[in-house]
Amino acid sequence: MEIALVLGVPLAGGLLLGLVGHRSWAPEVNALMSLVTFGASVLLTARVIADGPMSALDEQFFVDPFNVFLVALTAFVAFTTALFSRPYMRIEQHHGRVNAARLRLYHSMYQLFSFTMVLCLLSNNVGILWVALEGATLSTVLLVSLYRTPASLEAAWKYFILCSVGIAQALFGVILLYFAAEKVLGPGGTSLLWTHLYEVRDQLEPTVLSLAFVFLLVGFGTKVGLVPLHNWLPDAHAEGPTPISAVLSGLLLNVALYAVVRSKVLIDGALERNFSGGLMMGFGLLSVVVAAFFLSRQRDIKRMFAYSSIEHMGIMTFAFGMGGAVAAFAGLLHMTVHSLTKSAIFFTVGHASQATGTQNMAQIRGLIEQSPMIGWGLALGSLAILGMPPFGVFTSEFMILTTAMHEHPWATPFLLVALGVAFAAIFGKVQPMVFGESTAGRLPHPPALVPVFVHLGIVLLLGVYIPPYLTDWYRQAARLIG
Amino acid sequence: MSLAGQIVNLLAALLLLIGFAMLAQRRILTLIHLFAWQGAALAASTLIVAYSTGQTHLYFSAALTVTLKVILIPWVLHRLIDRLNVRWDVETLINIPTTLLIGIALAIFAFALATPISQLANTITRSTLGIALASVLLAFLMMIVRRKAVPQVIGFLAMENGLFFAATSATYGMPLVVELGVALDVLVGTFIFGIFFFHIREQFDSLDIRHMETLKED
Repeated sequence: MEIALVLGVPLAGGLLLGLVGHRSWAPEVNALMSLVTFGASVLLTARVIADGPMSALDEQFFVDPFNVFLVALTAFVAFTTALFSRPYMRIEQHHGRVNAARLRLYHSMYQLFSFTMVLCLLSNNVGILWVALEGATLSTVLLVSLYRTPASLEAAWKYFILCSVGIAQALFGVILLYFAAEKVLGPGGTSLLWTHLYEVRDQLEPTVLSLAFVFLLVGFGTKVGLVPLHNWLPDAHAEGPTPISAVLSGLLLNVALYAVVRSKVLIDGALERNFSGGLMMGFGLLSVVVAAFFLSRQRDIKRMFAYSSIEHMGIMTFAFGMGGAVAAFAGLLHMTVHSLTKSAIFFTVGHASQATGTQNMAQIRGLIEQSPMIGWGLALGSLAILGMPPFGVFTSEFMILTTAMHEHPWATPFLLVALGVAFAAIFGKVQPMVFGESTAGRLPHPPALVPVFVHLGIVLLLGVYIPPYLTDWYRQAARLIG
Repeated sequence: MSLAGQIVNLLAALLLLIGFAMLAQRRILTLIHLFAWQGAALAASTLIVAYSTGQTHLYFSAALTVTLKVILIPWVLHRLIDRLNVRWDVETLINIPTTLLIGIALAIFAFALATPISQLANTITRSTLGIALASVLLAFLMMIVRRKAVPQVIGFLAMENGLFFAATSATYGMPLVVELGVALDVLVGTFIFGIFFFHIREQFDSLDIRHMETLKED
């Protein structure tokens, strides 16, 4: 029942807003739909905590502590981003960058994108997960090119081609997986269900599975934005409307990583040596290092934070690659805090570039003078994402680093250097944007500041004190994947 | 080997041959025709596998391939290039003989990769997995070496053909619900590509993606 609500509301919202998305009250409907989805996900979470894992509709959907936690996070960020998008899109309309028809497309696709995200998470069928992940690209690609500028069309084309090709590799991986599973489970619907695959994972053919994992990692890894498959990510983040940048970083990357981690758990059961973990650690570390060095070369503010997303996805991939209860716990915590912090940063960045009329960092100056809350939001958000205590990112990065020192000491210098370089790059660029002589003007609509500080507040709380039920929940999920 | 198995092998060879022909083809219109033929070969092989093994859901799959990849998508692409006037399109990144040589190397690599897996298959069509992988890689190559938007899209669709062939040849097809979902994605994707062509044309007056290389790290 709750599953039907979580899936049905955004789907219905997408169809409804396809009809009325251009009206003046459409942003409120959009936010309301996301709020109902979030409410349903809270009910679902309560149900899973009380009754344990469950499945629905002939086992086509299933919920366990790992995915229910991501469903709640996804629905929450989708809701707060919808709140942010209300004033943001109104200001864009005021500036004449979007018209009514494009707003309708935007609102409808926003809901459909949320739908594909929860479908990915809740689906028990690997094939459907693939379909939904491709659907996520299809629903956002026209949003990346929403402004129809040459740069945005280029970004959208790149996004479309690279992600489609990447995800096609993942389909080959799914076929190989089915090929191996069918021998054990027999042909038909059940051979692609995660729950059934997990039960027989030690009987699956190891050679086929290791090849399948390579394809799955490359395919889903393209969506995670792992180096060297990351080329679409900075462009898509920089050229689309900012709420889309926020949901790409906050939701899509997480969900793609979820698919990688699920595959890893499966492959680890079939293979004796730590094949999948090694690959993920390699990709993760490469992403962290490369992204950190690209950070300092950026001039566009949204591109810079897009590279920061690549860096953090690398950290998480590395953590899940290490495996073990502590690293998995830290990886999950990092997923949560990164998604919250990065979307909060994008909210402030969106308003900052609206107030100054540019995304070029050299021309954004003295935010704090004109609109103190936006300035403070950006400053605090940047400190949080750089891993300053007492924010939650510090906790998770600290856990990942100490585990790495313990188990893979060779990797720690790379991580530390990359984190240092990232700190210098981002801090050095954010500081003059926040303080100094102001270049910002007044916004025609009051900016959305509540979501920013709610997100940062939660991240701060998670750094100081993780409530026991949340710890318990993370532990359960970490046990599933660790 | 049974007759059905032999026919499927023949069709598989045809699929690979069309893959190479697409790589060598300079004209967009012919490229679309080749794509339709590749879809037809795929549908025929699916049909034969369905008939000889009695897997009824493969009939649906074959019907889906015919409607989508032999009729609908080629028709849409045809309409598009008519409206956009881009029938003569002759640009590749690397010259065609070199491309074909790389293609041959890729095919050999695909066979080497698929051999250990094919040994495990107990389907009538097991030896065709290598061909399926080779078709995927050839389509991939085509996407890399083509300069224009339409051939890139055809490359993407040809890749999907190769993947479907891998699914039927190695496993008698994926569960129907998955195949339907994949088909839906391909269809929606093609329409979005179509919308894109118009936007790109409007903005750059050409479908050459060289205009779209400004977003780079310096």
